[in-house]
Amino acid sequence: MAGKPKLHYFDARGRMEAIRWLLAAAGVEFEEKLLESSEDLDKLRHDGSLLFQQVPMIEIDGMKLVQTRAILNYIATKYDLYGKDMKERALIDMYTEGVADLGEMILLLPLCPPDQKNAKLTLIRERTTNRYLPAFEKVLKSHGQDYLVGNKLSKADIHLVELLYYVEELDSSLLANFPLLKGLKTRVSNLPAVKKFLQPGSQRKPPGTEKTLEQARKIFKF
Amino acid sequence: MAGKPKLHYFNGRGRMECIRWLLAAAGVEFEEKFIEQPEDLDKLKNDGSLMFQQVPMVEIDGMKLVQTRAILNYVATKYNLYGKDMKERALIDMYSEGVADLGDMIILLPLCPPDQKDAKIAQIKEKTTNRYLPAFEKVLKSHGQDYLVGNKLSKADIHLVELLYYVEELDPSLLANFPLLKGLKTRVSNLPAVKKFLQPGSQRKPPMDEKKLEEAKRIFRIK
Repeated sequence: MAGKPKLHYFDARGRMEAIRWLLAAAGVEFEEKLLESSEDLDKLRHDGSLLFQQVPMIEIDGMKLVQTRAILNYIATKYDLYGKDMKERALIDMYTEGVADLGEMILLLPLCPPDQKNAKLTLIRERTTNRYLPAFEKVLKSHGQDYLVGNKLSKADIHLVELLYYVEELDSSLLANFPLLKGLKTRVSNLPAVKKFLQPGSQRKPPGTEKTLEQARKIFKF
Repeated sequence: MAGKPKLHYFNGRGRMECIRWLLAAAGVEFEEKFIEQPEDLDKLKNDGSLMFQQVPMVEIDGMKLVQTRAILNYVATKYNLYGKDMKERALIDMYSEGVADLGDMIILLPLCPPDQKDAKIAQIKEKTTNRYLPAFEKVLKSHGQDYLVGNKLSKADIHLVELLYYVEELDPSLLANFPLLKGLKTRVSNLPAVKKFLQPGSQRKPPMDEKKLEEAKRIFRIK
């Protein structure tokens, strides 16, 4: 167990942010090697460090892991955020994948052609209010417990709360009719490790800007 | 543990096929309830059976599981196809996700607008030959074992071999320079449960044709 995990990505949320949230919520200190140019990415590729020539990549426990879900699942298992048995894991996976589906729509929004953007935003709002938030509110209502699965904090809660922050950034009124989700968001945000991560100066990344999008285009050549 | 798993989807490969492959490779008999009309999908939605109003959905061990990865991970864990510890699981996940990235490109190809199709196929071929197949060939070469992880069959092998069949359908020459992958494909295909699944009359689904695509668009209300 040599040293802190080391995250390789560029200086933005992208596909690495969910990993930063999970490590932070687990109370795990991590280092970041931020890619700044396409040459930095080329170097990692030529090193043989990236199984599929892509980041995110994380150096952890002697492995160079790529693929967001592989990384998240490993961290969750290691830090006991993945339920107590396979049925709990199934629920955690199901909820996590729902979060990822909506999260992906929000993540890719900046890449949307300008003439399609309004339609995309409308779709995101509609899915948020009619599909995803009701599903999770219903889960919390069904058992009345503090967390989504097994009455214990899991990766599902952390991913969902992260998503709720992004939904709030998009349009704070979207959370209006979901009291249990608001309660979860508050509860998880008040956990000491999460509270710390939410404060200025942490490794949490701000929303993307035109500038970060340009940097991404430059580094990843798209 | 009441009865066989029951798969809810339409009668095509789509996002359910990898689940069919995994269950079949695990030697697990399963039932299928085919969605044939948009109304069938509406019924499932109104029943409250679909957490996010989507299929695939699998009824298994008292649960109505949705989300392909949740279903696959559960089946893999239950039937011991997920490695022996968390480090093996990490490798299996990493490999499975790479397979899924290429697999998704292939699944979505029929939905590609006609004027973009050739470019998309070229991109798929390029990624297959330069990114994905070399990565998996390298893994097999690195340890010289029969399977990707831990010298034992896992979901990673099954997902990869399924993908290799689709690559072959797209263009058999793509597999030309990957002897270890060809070996894995043959080896896994010869496992009794997989061999049976590969035979005509099994629950394995054929490639999507125009008719099937129209059916899918109708059922899922895709334009």
